[in-house]
Amino acid sequence: MKCIAFIQTKGGQATKASLEAAGLGASMGETVAVVSGDIEGDAGLGAVGVERILQGPGQLDDSQLARLVSAAADQEGAQVVVCAQDHLGKAVAGRVAVRLNAGLVAGITSVPNGDVYTRNVFSGKAMAHVKGTTEKLVVTTTPNAIGMPEPTGASASVSPFAPELGQGKVEVLEEAKPDTGNRAPLPEAELVVSAGRGLKGPENWGMIEDLADTLGATTACSRPVSDIGWRPHHEHVGQTGITIRPNLYIAIGISGAIQHLAGVNSSKVIVVINKDPEAPFFKAADYGIVGDAFEVVPKLTEAFKAL
Amino acid sequence: MEFLVCISKAPDTTTRIAFTEGDTRFNEEGVQFIVNPYDEWYALVRALELVESQGGKVVIASVGGADCDPILRKALAIGAHEAVRIDAHPEDAGQVAAELAHYAKDKGFDAILCGKETIDHNSSAVPAMMAEHLDMPCIALATSLNYEGDQAVVTRETANGVEKVGVKGPFVLSAAKGMAEQRIPNMRGIMAARSKPLQVVSAQGASAGTAIDRFALPEEKAGVKLIDADNPSELVQLLREEAKVI
Repeated sequence: MKCIAFIQTKGGQATKASLEAAGLGASMGETVAVVSGDIEGDAGLGAVGVERILQGPGQLDDSQLARLVSAAADQEGAQVVVCAQDHLGKAVAGRVAVRLNAGLVAGITSVPNGDVYTRNVFSGKAMAHVKGTTEKLVVTTTPNAIGMPEPTGASASVSPFAPELGQGKVEVLEEAKPDTGNRAPLPEAELVVSAGRGLKGPENWGMIEDLADTLGATTACSRPVSDIGWRPHHEHVGQTGITIRPNLYIAIGISGAIQHLAGVNSSKVIVVINKDPEAPFFKAADYGIVGDAFEVVPKLTEAFKAL
Repeated sequence: MEFLVCISKAPDTTTRIAFTEGDTRFNEEGVQFIVNPYDEWYALVRALELVESQGGKVVIASVGGADCDPILRKALAIGAHEAVRIDAHPEDAGQVAAELAHYAKDKGFDAILCGKETIDHNSSAVPAMMAEHLDMPCIALATSLNYEGDQAVVTRETANGVEKVGVKGPFVLSAAKGMAEQRIPNMRGIMAARSKPLQVVSAQGASAGTAIDRFALPEEKAGVKLIDADNPSELVQLLREEAKVI
């Protein structure tokens, strides 16, 4: 079985989500990675089992990246293409599936069982075990879900790759400014501290940010407080906001409506802090504290600092 | 301006999910269906706003059987001008995208708007797949759409934050929160929807690239472990030693 791994990089190194996808490929068979633009050494790919890297030009849009990846799949005779189910991965994977006439299994949440892949459906309320029915398959991995192989000392060779890519059709007018500062973007964050209406007003978020800073966590919020402008849109997690999958989700002053749960039910561990013992969120929580957030949260921050 | 808005039928967010036929099919009995919220609140409403200010029409399309007709009428009630149902059971993103792209080809739409994902399948794949079939740009996770001269100006979410892009010519867009606000249809809209055109067209017979082996429900959580509010360091210990997440 031969596999192509579409790899995204940051600062010349493969992103963690891309390394997870590459590791999956390596567990299935010989894996050739495809990168766009400059990398440092082998971008960390040899260590997860990639043997060769095909390096294409940088500054490509999603349709050009799809051509790059598909051309690599054709050249290598690959049966499977893997990549992370992140912003760019989603954009590229769908296009590659069409180009290769391949089925797409999007966002797997565990290591596959033979040819059966598992992914979340119904906004995390259920799982689907899925098989491909085509000769080739595109599989994308949910960030922070399938783990990574133990790193080895191996390194991958890099060679240039320049197939026909067509013209980019989307012009960037204003570049993105990171909206989570130096914290991981929410869809990839491993630690998240979130708060809602229980905080009573936007001026009270200082203690949430202190807790997040202490943990190195990204901040999130419930829909009502983003709708009324207490917190920025990009922090809203839930059915109509963002779905996240952290190792730890701390929810403060959030009651736990179904729509909010839909965005956070894949978290490995959920901690709920709420003064209402009947808050529905406690039913979805692993750990909970019934108490006044304004007293509990600063004490919790101190306790984390003491670690 | 002419926009195509692609919508799908989804179970209401409070539905208790259950399966049937040996866990190979979603059990639709007793389920309330809605228009997928991202399609309705964001894609459809923005298309209507643009057409209200610049003239033109909004066409709705969906892949489905007759059980889809009520949600097509809902979209018409909100303000769409025409609806098209591609008569096929939706199987997976690949098949749905191929059918929609086949319908949309050569119809001259200024843009094709979708929601960013469906709340039942969650693949986020159809817009990118349609764009590839139609050889168009795809702007995903779009939070605003405006026209300036001959260019569409779109803000979209990326891994690095919100970016502003420009595109000329037709494109596919997937809409996220921020694009528009939900509209509730009024009585006049609901009445008007009854006589707006709802055309059923044959599918071209695209095949799915994946198949469900079976569905499963997640394991029940063990039940919350409560920690005393005066003793938060106990929680910290548990998170480190028991849960091992810090």
